[in-house]
Amino acid sequence: MADKYDVILIGAGMSGLAAGIRLAQYDKRVLLLERHYLWGGLNSFYKRRGRIFDVGLHALTNFAPRGRRGVPLTKLLRQLRIRHEDLQLGEQRYSEIAFPSERLRFSNEFALFESEIARAFPTEVDGFRRLTSAIFEYDSFAPADPDVLARKVLSEYLREPLLIEMLMLPMCYYGSAIPGDIAWYQFAILFKSFYDEGFARPEGGIRPLLDILVKRYKSLGGELRMKSGVAEILRTGCGDSQRAAGVRLDSGEELLADQILSSAGFAPTMEMCGAEMARKVRPTDRGQLSFNETVIVTDKPPLTFGNYGAAITFFNDCETFAYSSPDPGVWGIDTRSGVICSPNNYAAKEPLKEGWMRFTALANAEHWEQLAAGPREEYESHKYAASQAFLDSAARFAPDPRPFEIDRDAFTPHTIRRFSGHPRGAVYGAPNKRLDGTTDLPGLFLMGTDQGLLGVVGAMLSGISMANRHSLQPTA
Amino acid sequence: MTRDEVTLAIKDIIETIAPDEELVGLNPDERLRDQIELDSMDFLDIVMELRKRYGVQVPEEDYKELASLTSCADYLGPKLEDVELKVGC
Ligand SMILES: Cc1cc2nc3c(=O)[nH]c(=O)nc-3n(C[C@H](O)[C@H](O)[C@H](O)COP(=O)(O)OP(=O)(O)OC[C@H]3O[C@@H](n4cnc5c(N)ncnc54)[C@H](O)[C@@H]3O)c2cc1C
Repeated sequence: MADKYDVILIGAGMSGLAAGIRLAQYDKRVLLLERHYLWGGLNSFYKRRGRIFDVGLHALTNFAPRGRRGVPLTKLLRQLRIRHEDLQLGEQRYSEIAFPSERLRFSNEFALFESEIARAFPTEVDGFRRLTSAIFEYDSFAPADPDVLARKVLSEYLREPLLIEMLMLPMCYYGSAIPGDIAWYQFAILFKSFYDEGFARPEGGIRPLLDILVKRYKSLGGELRMKSGVAEILRTGCGDSQRAAGVRLDSGEELLADQILSSAGFAPTMEMCGAEMARKVRPTDRGQLSFNETVIVTDKPPLTFGNYGAAITFFNDCETFAYSSPDPGVWGIDTRSGVICSPNNYAAKEPLKEGWMRFTALANAEHWEQLAAGPREEYESHKYAASQAFLDSAARFAPDPRPFEIDRDAFTPHTIRRFSGHPRGAVYGAPNKRLDGTTDLPGLFLMGTDQGLLGVVGAMLSGISMANRHSLQPTA
Repeated sequence: MTRDEVTLAIKDIIETIAPDEELVGLNPDERLRDQIELDSMDFLDIVMELRKRYGVQVPEEDYKELASLTSCADYLGPKLEDVELKVGC
């Protein structure tokens, strides 16, 4: 019989690593299993032609200076016992929301955003202030009404449709699994994480941060196994007394544990429990929204070649913003809106010598899966054509890096699914979140994307809070 | 541990979990939460550290006994009587 663990964690993404540290810190016998050969999940990195590409890092949201009280970053560092200075965070210069008729800038100083709103929408100043206070007073981490949607709430405070669209755009792109809208509590969490806290970038990208997490986890005695996908969740007992007992790996090996915390997403986790549990998965448990991303490396920084100083530009080319999985159309992506990011525009001790720009577009998952199933050249040429179309579109809002291009990489929903296991490459998982992390199978819990906290900081907090609640609380 | 050592043990735990807080000059009779930033996640860590370092179990209904340094010493004193102080873990 195999050894028995206190807890097995599925997935070495941000949530799994953070949960692992918490559990190992308190002497739990813990095993972290990852299907991929690298850790990080949606926030991993890879090497191409001698350069390290981050998979998903545009901005570390929730920036807070060392010691700022009561904010997620401070809580997270405390819980994981990581020093703020070890993250080597460089703050953004500024970011912006760009529509054809208006641009709003924001930075890590809330006052800038407020003054931008006052400049562009003078009649909305009061409404915006009331909205802001409502957000600060709202307990977004324990929402009483998780089903309320943001558009409805915004329309209670604001009258200018354009302002509502401009506020919706960044929040949807950075954390909504719901087409056309975002849950109000998610909006509130993100609003604070953007405008009251802010954006930063760890010096060197995501890799040094992952190194810190993995080292800390291992130094506390946590076990980490790569290329160890979980094929099945084992159960013991029958009928109502059934509970999770362990896992069977893709290799067939069986491992036993008292508890399992999974970051693989609700639907995939249920499918690991067998046909009977899988039948309980509803349409709202399946995410739709995924992205194409193109990364362009240039021979000089964007500030030099195009006077581009934004860390992030969220753009939309008409007065209303459509957030949905696009019709496949010609390109398999939506060219009307997107996110442009330049890692160069964060403070750094050693500034990046080359220029980097990242371009993110909503993409149709089926379209890319179909192409990926066909001949490789066709997939590649479509990917290139879609990138070009999107870069043409984005060039209306930020300088075009292509004249200075020295390297490029692009990925699609297919790539995201392949490396993170999220069906349809749905970066933000399912519309339906399970905030308490419980499932119908005792001993099996969710963390990460489908529990409800998103992004680098959100996923880590999810891992921490689920480990605390289900495995560490004395009553657990 | 003497009563003073129990206070020292608690302060050392707080220093581990909240290294950014200033612990000099804490009023022993005032609630810890009102003097330094400690949320429910931090209280869980105090409890976990007590268990890890000294083998003391604090059930959830007794968390309120850990509100101030004085109440900590009152509550933990008898439980830690025969246990040696460990600092700097
Ligand atoms: C292009 C892109 C850009 C992004 N930009 C940002 C950003 O700028 N800022 C930000 O904060 N966030 C960003 N995000 C979002 C952020 O990366 C995620 O929200 C966060 O990393 C999710 O972490 P997680 O632990 O919940 O899930 P994941 O990272 O998905 O972790 C799940 C892990 O489980 C593994 N796994 C799945 N199934 C199994 C199995 N059966 N057995 C074993 N292992 C399994 C997967 O391989 C994966 O490693 C971005 C994401 C993408 C894709």
